[in-house]
Amino acid sequence: MGPLFPNGLISGDWNLVFAVLIGIAFGFLLEASGFSSSRNLAGVFYGYNFVVLRVFFTAVIVAMVGLLYFNYFGWLDLSKIFILPTFLPSMIVGGVVMGIGFIIGGFCPGTSFTAIVIGKLDALVFAVGLFIGIFFFAEVFPYIEGFYYKGNLGNATLTDVTGISAPWWAFGFTVIALVAFWVSWLIEKKVRKRIKDYKF
Amino acid sequence: MKKSNLNNGTHYINPYLGGVLMGLLMIVTIFISGRELGISGAVKDTVVEAAHIISPTAAKAHPYYGQYIKEGRSPMDSWLVFEVLGVFIGAFLSGIIFKRVRKPFVEHGPNITSRRRLLVALIGGILWGFGTRLGRGCTSGAALSGSSTFSFGGVMVMLLIFASAYLFAWLFRKLWT
Repeated sequence: MGPLFPNGLISGDWNLVFAVLIGIAFGFLLEASGFSSSRNLAGVFYGYNFVVLRVFFTAVIVAMVGLLYFNYFGWLDLSKIFILPTFLPSMIVGGVVMGIGFIIGGFCPGTSFTAIVIGKLDALVFAVGLFIGIFFFAEVFPYIEGFYYKGNLGNATLTDVTGISAPWWAFGFTVIALVAFWVSWLIEKKVRKRIKDYKF
Repeated sequence: MKKSNLNNGTHYINPYLGGVLMGLLMIVTIFISGRELGISGAVKDTVVEAAHIISPTAAKAHPYYGQYIKEGRSPMDSWLVFEVLGVFIGAFLSGIIFKRVRKPFVEHGPNITSRRRLLVALIGGILWGFGTRLGRGCTSGAALSGSSTFSFGGVMVMLLIFASAYLFAWLFRKLWT
């Protein structure tokens, strides 16, 4: 049955209507969870607010397990969904650069958008930076094109690379997430005592 | 002690509830569209569109922009652009419901000024823009969606974003604490 659009069960126009509705739900959940505040987001790196870790890892394990069930029941053909491709060296550098951007800027792209609409000017400036960064990337692209396409593993999954099956990965992530929730809760309790200007 | 201008005492939903709903949303998204949530791709589409409007021939011949320009179709006619439009609407609805929509202001930590916050926000944004293109997506498209669909690159980018931010956290602690 699924995925509906790739299987031709809904038209391209309907797919875009769903895109807007899905976006509305995504934006709502991000804002309602507290991701529209850079100080909430940065808290995960200083131990005073682990909301990012909680929302992020809960979402990942729910989606992983859910997708496996959907596949098992035959509702969703996982061979027809998009798997993010892997280009080793460029994505390693990209991840590191984004991490530095995160600790300096306090947002990631999606969270900055949710902060703009509730009136945060720092988020607006961050978003302007996004456009500049992408424009700059396109300008230097001719010089780094070789690097950009290097180490192409195609649409590699964890199973392709490690030989360990997807259910085991889902199980492993779930265990790690539960331990992380517990440990981060302990850390947060301690660190929050030192922070006085911030009510939780 | 200096005060930050944080809107204190605001109500957020339970993070685990938010996470479960976000996980279910990802399943629904994949079930309907066969693709995943993302953000930075839409910004890229917008930059490509701008380049195409400013100089159609140069953009088509450009090694990066050119690969995203199709005959007879706007680069912004993309699933992600429509989805991001929804993100703005959804976040605004949440802001209204939880009374967080305010007159424009700059949120910053207790030890920095508004001007400094704006400067570092700009630098952070530029780094993110550049990083997302190398990383094939941001926290949404690469880290969250990539990891959820068992993509090797997605998990790698997710771990690197967090590891790198933790590594540099001490250096930039004045910005936040």
